[in-house]
Amino acid sequence: MNIIVCLKQVPDTETQIKIAPDGKSIVTDDIKWIMNPYDEFGVEEALRIKEKFGGEVTVVSLGPKRVTETIRTALAMGADKGILITDDALEGSDSLAVAKALAAAIKDLEYDLIFTGQRGIDEDQGLVGPSLAEMLGIPHVSLVVKVEVAEDGKSVKVERPVEGQTLVIESPLPALLTAQKGLNEPRYASLPGIMKAKKKPLEEKSLADLGLDPSEFGEGARKLKILEITPPPERKAGKIIEGETPQEKAAELARLLHEEAKVI
Amino acid sequence: MDFSLSMEQEILRKSVREFAENEIRPVARELDEKEEFSYETMAKMAELGLFGMFVSEKYGGQGMDYLSYIIATEELARVDGSHAATVAAGNSLGIGPIYYFGNEEQKQKYLPKLCSGEALWGFGLTEPNAGSDAANSKTTAVLDGDEWIINGSKIFITNASTKISAGVTALCRTGTRDDGRPELSCILIETGTPGYEARVMHGKMMWRASNTSELYFDDCRVPKENLLGPRGQGFYQMMQTLDRGRLSIGAMGLGGAQGCFEMALKYAKERVQFGKPISHFQINSFKLADMALEIECARLILYKACWLCDNNKPFTKEAAMAKLYCSEVMYRCANHAVQLHGGYGLMKEYDVERFYRDQKLLEIGEGTSEVQRIVISRLIGAV
Repeated sequence: MNIIVCLKQVPDTETQIKIAPDGKSIVTDDIKWIMNPYDEFGVEEALRIKEKFGGEVTVVSLGPKRVTETIRTALAMGADKGILITDDALEGSDSLAVAKALAAAIKDLEYDLIFTGQRGIDEDQGLVGPSLAEMLGIPHVSLVVKVEVAEDGKSVKVERPVEGQTLVIESPLPALLTAQKGLNEPRYASLPGIMKAKKKPLEEKSLADLGLDPSEFGEGARKLKILEITPPPERKAGKIIEGETPQEKAAELARLLHEEAKVI
Repeated sequence: MDFSLSMEQEILRKSVREFAENEIRPVARELDEKEEFSYETMAKMAELGLFGMFVSEKYGGQGMDYLSYIIATEELARVDGSHAATVAAGNSLGIGPIYYFGNEEQKQKYLPKLCSGEALWGFGLTEPNAGSDAANSKTTAVLDGDEWIINGSKIFITNASTKISAGVTALCRTGTRDDGRPELSCILIETGTPGYEARVMHGKMMWRASNTSELYFDDCRVPKENLLGPRGQGFYQMMQTLDRGRLSIGAMGLGGAQGCFEMALKYAKERVQFGKPISHFQINSFKLADMALEIECARLILYKACWLCDNNKPFTKEAAMAKLYCSEVMYRCANHAVQLHGGYGLMKEYDVERFYRDQKLLEIGEGTSEVQRIVISRLIGAV
C-alpha cells in the first residue's frame, strides 16, 4: 500500500500574526512554522496503514526551502521519502495553482491513497484536497475521522461526521481523503526518528522539472485575489454581575440581557 | 559566526516541547504534590528516545551531539524540573561514566538497557561527610581475591532507588597513593547485590517527582571486573563526568528560567490592577526585560560551552560558568516570576511556585555555586 501525504507549512498557532504594510499579507519574518495540524493527522493515519499493510509513505509539499523542515519532521515521524516543489514563481499562488503543481508531482507516482488535511489553518480554504483529487481523476472524501482499508487493499471505508450523524462512505482505491480532527493522535517525532530522517531521500522539484508553465502560477495567476486583511475585532472586557444573593444577580443578568445586550 | 541550530536540532526542540506540554505539564503538579516518581512518564520519555542521546547507535543510543541533548533537557525543564532531572541525571551521570570510561564488555552489558530507558543507573559520588570535598570519600573497596568488598554509604543519589534502577557507579577508596593521599576508583555495583541497599529519600523541597536515594554498602562483594577504567582514576572520571553534567544542569537553569519568564509574561499581561495590565507598569516591564536579557545571555554561554564540547575543545571553565550563570539566572527569574504573580505565586495552583522551589537545587547539585567559582578562579589563574 503506497500512500502519499500532502503537507503544508503554516504559522504556529501561538504566533502573533502581524499584517504587512501592504494590507494584503502577513509579516513572515519572525514567524515560527509548523506542520499544518490537519496534515499531521494525515501523516499519522498513513503511517498506521503502512504499519498494517506495508508499502511506502511519501510526503509532498510545496513552498520555499524552509518547508524542508516540515518534510523532515514527517520523515522523522516515520514517512519514507519526501518531495518538495519549490520555485520562486510559486510565491503567492492560490489553492488551485497549488493543487495543479501537486497533481503534476503526484500523477506519475504509484499510489493507493492520498491524504491531505481538511484545510490549512492559515487561510482556511479547504480547496487543495478536493481540487487535487479532481485533477488526478480519483474519488475523494473530505473531513474523515475514521479510515478502514479493506483487507484486499482495493477499497476504503471511511467515516465522516455530519450534523449529529456519521456518514459511512466506501470508495474504491486509489482515493483521496482529507483528514479531520479526531482521526487519530499523531505521534511525536522521536529522537531516533529524527536521526534516521537525515538519511531519507528528499527530492526538490522546480516547475520546469514538472513540465509546468511558470506563468500559470504565482500572484499574477491568482483566480482568487486578496483585497484586504484585517485583524479580528478586539474582544471587549467581560462584566461581573454584582448582587447580594443569587436571585438579585439573576435579576440583574436578565435586565442586562434585555436592556443592554438586547438578546431577550 | 553562525548562531543557527541545525534542522535536526530545530525539529528536536519542537518535538520535545510538544511532548513536555502534552505529556508532562498535565501531571507535573500532582506528581510534585505527591512526591511521586512516575513510571508512566518515564516510559514515555524513554519511548521518545530521551535516554542515550549522545551515545553511539552501536550501544543503542541516538548518536546526537551534546548540544542536542542540552536542548532536549532545556525543553523538559521549561515545563518541569523533576522530569528534566530524571533525564539529565540518567544521561550525564548514569550513562555518561559507563559510556566514556567503561570497557567494551561493560558498555555492551549496560548501555543498551540504559539507552532504551528500561533501566536507570545512579552516580554515587556524594557522601554524608563528603559534599564539595568529594575527594574525601570514605566508602572503601578492598580487593579480596577476585572480588571487591565495599563498605560505606552515599547520599542524594538521583535515579538509584526506582523499581528500574539497575545499579550505581560508586567512587570508592581502593588504597593509598604513593604521596599518601587516598587512591580513588569507580566501581559498578548492580542492584540486588547482597550488601547493597538503595533507599528512597523523602521530604525534598524540590524535584519532588524525581528519585533521590541513600545508598548503603555493607560488605558488598562485586567482581573485580566491575572496576570502571584504570584503578586510581576514579576522581578524575567523576570530575570529567561532572564537566559534562554541569552543562545539563545549565540546561535545567536555562529551561526553567524560560518557563518562569513565559508564565510571568503571560500573567503580567492578563492581571489588571489600577485599571491596566500590570506589565504596563515600568517596574514590572523592566523585570520582564531583565529576565529576557539574562535568558538570552544564559543561552549563549551554555550553547557556546556545548559547542566547545562537541568540537573536542577544552570546556571545563565554560561549563562551570554556564552551570553557575544559568542556575543564578533561573534564581532571579523564578524570584521575579513569583513576585509578578503576587499572592497567587505563593499558591501551588500556579506552577511558578514549583519552579521557585525547584530552582534552588541548581545552585547546589553537581557542584555548588561556590565550587563553580573555585573552578573558574583556578582556571583564570587567580589562585
